[in-house]
Amino acid sequence: MSERQALVGNSAPHHEQRRDTDVMGMWIFLGTEVLFFGVLFTGYAVYRALHPAAFAEASRHLNATLGAANTAILLTSSFFVALAIWAARRDRRRLLLTFLLLTMVLGLAFLGLKGFEYFQEFQENLLPLPWLTFAYEGQYPQQGRLFFNLYLTMTGFHALHLLIGALLLGLFSLLAWRGFFRKGHTLPLELLGLYWHFVDVVWVFLFPLLYLIDRT
Amino acid sequence: MNETQTSWTTYLLIYVALLGLLAATVAVAYLDLGWLNTALALGIAVIKALLIMLFFMHLRHSSRITWVVAGAGFFWLAILVLLSLGDFLTRIWV
Repeated sequence: MSERQALVGNSAPHHEQRRDTDVMGMWIFLGTEVLFFGVLFTGYAVYRALHPAAFAEASRHLNATLGAANTAILLTSSFFVALAIWAARRDRRRLLLTFLLLTMVLGLAFLGLKGFEYFQEFQENLLPLPWLTFAYEGQYPQQGRLFFNLYLTMTGFHALHLLIGALLLGLFSLLAWRGFFRKGHTLPLELLGLYWHFVDVVWVFLFPLLYLIDRT
Repeated sequence: MNETQTSWTTYLLIYVALLGLLAATVAVAYLDLGWLNTALALGIAVIKALLIMLFFMHLRHSSRITWVVAGAGFFWLAILVLLSLGDFLTRIWV
């Protein structure tokens, strides 16, 4: 046994405490992600509060159907990753693998739809990128541009986080297939699950705030 | 492993609830309810977030220190948003 083990012991309560600590550590990381996305949401909140009509108008330029579909996709993916961990804890390897892969596929589907959405907006000249034309139809072109900057930044960073999650899901699927996550050794999987759920929570706020400001 | 095991039926129930809340969010957005629109949109989003965090992320069964850490992040965000809005929205008073 290692010196550390000799000092702190190998008992079940100790294992439990280490596990709790690891989970807490993951939440600390998620806390930093709240910092990261939080400042973007704050910028959005301030500008929306200062230009409510302009933001409502700009929001209507977004495709709410695609946004809602993407929300449903992510909620389903969260459900599936929770089931994957459920399976892992019961040593049901094939079920674990199935749900991990399904989660990854749904994540990629989200990214596909998002990409298609960006493409649509590119065609409508609504992407305020320096090398593109920005041609906004509405009463408030300046704030409209600001809205689209926020939209692109917030959904862009969200998509980046999702891509990282999807890649990790792919890697973990491989590891699961090789038998890494047996009952009692599921912690890394659970921590990845926490990350994935967090990305879902961010989108749960992004969708209504960006897409559904005023659809009446 | 200590974690209380959640049953798959619980996950299913929460998932269905989340989809229902999504439908509600979209439906409400197309009704004209004035200031209630934003309040409901945010309120429903918060409930969805809580359901995901408590059940899918197992916060319900996590240690209290984890609760504190999880809460701290959002508490910080609340301060940032509220004080920033407090600043900008009252500038016309000066």
